[in-house]
Amino acid sequence: MVLPRLKLEKRPPPTLKMKVAAAIGSIALALLFSSILIVQAGVNPLVGYFHLFYGALGDKLSLTETFVRFCPLALTGVACAIAFLCKFWNIGAEGQLYAGGLAATFFGISFLGAPSYLIIPLMTISGFLGGAFWAFIPAALKTRWKVDEVVTTLLGNWIIYFITGAILYGPWQNPVTKWPESPAISEAAKLPILIPGTRFHLGIVLALIVVLIYLVIYWGTAWGYELKAIGANPEASYSMGIKVERNMVLAAILSGGIAGLAGAFEVNGLNFHMKLDLSHGYGYTGIVIAMLGGLHPVGVALAAFFMAIIVTGTQAMHRVTGVPFPLSEVIQGLSLICLLLGNFLTEYRVRRVVE
Amino acid sequence: MINEELAVKMVGITKRFPGVIANNNINFEVKRGEIHSLLGENGAGKTTLMNILYGLYAMDKGEIYIYGEKVDIGSPKDAIKLGIGMIHQHFTLVPPFTVTENIILGYEGNNLILKTDEAEKRIMELAEKYGFEVDPRKKVMYLSVGEQQRVEILKALYRGAKILILDEPTSVLTPPETKQLFNILRRMADEGKSVIFISHKLDEVMEISDRITVLRKGKVVSTVSKDETSKRELAKMMVGREVIFLLSRPEVEVGEIVLDVQGLFVLDDRGLTAVKNVYLNVRRGEILGIAGVAGNGQKELAEAIVGVRKALKGKIFVEGKNVTNRPPYELMSMGIGYITEDRVGKGLIIDLTVKENLISKVYSAMTRKLFFLDKDLAERYSKWLIKEFDIVAPSPETPAKTLSGGNLQKLLLARELAIEPTLLVASQPTRGLDVGATEYIRERLLEQKKRGTAILLISEDLEEILGLSDRVAVMYEGEIMGVLPVKDANIEDIGLMMAGAKRLNR
Ligand SMILES: Nc1ncnc2c1ncn2[C@@H]1O[C@H](COP(=O)(O)OP(=O)(O)OP(=O)(O)O)[C@@H](O)[C@H]1O
Ligand SMILES: [Mg+2]
Repeated sequence: MVLPRLKLEKRPPPTLKMKVAAAIGSIALALLFSSILIVQAGVNPLVGYFHLFYGALGDKLSLTETFVRFCPLALTGVACAIAFLCKFWNIGAEGQLYAGGLAATFFGISFLGAPSYLIIPLMTISGFLGGAFWAFIPAALKTRWKVDEVVTTLLGNWIIYFITGAILYGPWQNPVTKWPESPAISEAAKLPILIPGTRFHLGIVLALIVVLIYLVIYWGTAWGYELKAIGANPEASYSMGIKVERNMVLAAILSGGIAGLAGAFEVNGLNFHMKLDLSHGYGYTGIVIAMLGGLHPVGVALAAFFMAIIVTGTQAMHRVTGVPFPLSEVIQGLSLICLLLGNFLTEYRVRRVVE
Repeated sequence: MINEELAVKMVGITKRFPGVIANNNINFEVKRGEIHSLLGENGAGKTTLMNILYGLYAMDKGEIYIYGEKVDIGSPKDAIKLGIGMIHQHFTLVPPFTVTENIILGYEGNNLILKTDEAEKRIMELAEKYGFEVDPRKKVMYLSVGEQQRVEILKALYRGAKILILDEPTSVLTPPETKQLFNILRRMADEGKSVIFISHKLDEVMEISDRITVLRKGKVVSTVSKDETSKRELAKMMVGREVIFLLSRPEVEVGEIVLDVQGLFVLDDRGLTAVKNVYLNVRRGEILGIAGVAGNGQKELAEAIVGVRKALKGKIFVEGKNVTNRPPYELMSMGIGYITEDRVGKGLIIDLTVKENLISKVYSAMTRKLFFLDKDLAERYSKWLIKEFDIVAPSPETPAKTLSGGNLQKLLLARELAIEPTLLVASQPTRGLDVGATEYIRERLLEQKKRGTAILLISEDLEEILGLSDRVAVMYEGEIMGVLPVKDANIEDIGLMMAGAKRLNR
């Protein structure tokens, strides 16, 4: 009897087209799998997805809400991508976001009389520095004593979370409500709203500028080239004269700083005070976004936008159809798993062998 | 069917890669009991053809017959079942395991519980039969490269290989090891097994082969019997023109000392002293050759000089400046070129493109206006080097990892020679290169010397050392046994010094 058999075979290195196809295909597959859950909730998946996308893109208000989500997601996505480019596995964008938020809030609630043109740049810079500092520690530990950065950045997330808790239940506790949230920042410290009647704030534009800066680094600069080289073969990079450790620390600082910006903008663009649930796991979603976008700036921006759609859209779908809200996280997780599968298939092909 | 005369018959094999036809309608036959050499320039398609036979690549067109039977080889597993074994240039052994464990690892004939004793007995029998010297209980991590290769061959034999493919096996062997390998291969052939042997060294090919097939640009030029051909004819068939085997060493006025090593001690990866109290110097316009059997501290010496390995004691001066234990980025900015013997691991970044590899030492000079890389310049620079060094690559944007072994070596050489180094440390610069490319690179090295570069040449190839160097130093167990002008050097003395049996007074 002739039995067909499947086997894996290595392909030539994947082209850009194949990588794009893999990313899009994995998203489609994730949506397909997730539709099983929508059916489980007793809703026609087509109807469900219609409300998801309509609720995220359908009118001016929902579109701006999607952009409001896009802001922290694009920033954490770029933050992770820059670090991953040189294989500094920064799992700590979440913690760096909080560090940035804390630093920005400190100025926002301390200098109540300061005018906008002073306090907004001050909060932005301090947000950046706060996140950068929180990423610098694991980077220094790694380059000095070879301490694994996956562990330290991940632990750092919890440490800063508890520090935030201690501050919010301690010195900053809202004296009126006794809620664990800081006093409100001054009116002047709030980021300007760019589209009246919505929450579309200046931070969104700044996030897009950060994406642009990453694009320039990635495409046109010697530094971007150095990061790629270090990521691909640190030993060879070192022996041909690239400053591996210094560049890795720099990348970590920039990565943390950008995640810190996300925290700052969540404070002065959206919440106007520091709170314990400032981030809805944006730092972790940033990891998915960086991978989904293939570390490429355009890919990261698109992936961040897609995740923003999912986050905003599942809320709308929940309101209209009652499909549970955590579906958002299911889709995120499935996208990553499908992408890993997709990437595998760009490197290997399945062939039928007849014996 | 086993009495069929032809062990391997490959008919009309065609394999395309993006931008190249690696194998173009190739017909290739190997008889029973024959040692058949596969010869061809870098990128001619030898490795590709063998990877197809071993089931690593799927061919686009063609048929394969093993002992007269048409087969479909979908994976190395299928190939092993058909009695085909392949020894790659990079071994696939597990270092902390013993020889026996490595040989039986993953073998399908195993039960759940490994019967190590039985296996050991069988391995010893095989070893005896073919004249191997191995200790089956020794851990692979303590074996030399040559010994590891023998384990790989044993592994293939243990799995019942009747057809053995060896891809450039001798490029990592010392001459005595090569001799030993040839003895083993001869015995196998006498037994009725077939051997396919790939090498760029024509002397070896003429010594070991029964027949030789020459490939050029993916096509078969011809299959000839050893007795009816010569080194010269083979070289001509490969390259398509006459190859000159003689180099003229230009006499150059030597200048001031560029590299000065004083009392250097260096440890190897295992923490043992690999370089012991070495003194040497190289002047402008001079080539100092370091002869010696691999593993006598040459690698550690080179790495210490270029700053990728710590010096334990002693001093290194480059152009009068003390650079002992300075990091590579400081040394490279002084114009030091380094050709490492580990081109894939430490020399090149094979996941990046050919262009990105070529510019990796000059990109900062290509940076204009703040941080922007001049992409036009990078493109022109890499195109120029691809042409100058005859690197077979479809375009500068090709991922380096798709290049053939020899072309990777050319990539590394092009990168290091293009910076016009003041000091060049060259370790095995022509390893894996075809005769034409070897000739070209040797000429380039002499040319570079004429332009004033001080060159430290480390090679196991005595012919290369004697042909290029102005002075020869012999290294044995980490020590310099003597330094002498090449015109006073005779092969016999050098051989004795390489074996540690003779030492010149400093
Ligand atoms: N996986 C691959 N993807 C794309 N091109 C490839 C791949 N493998 C080989 N090639 C191309 O096929 C051609 C033949 O390569 P091959 O490795 O067979 O050469 P070779 O004869 O073994 O050369 P060398 O003596 O340098 O080892 C080369 O041009 C090489 O760039
Ligand atoms: Mg090859």
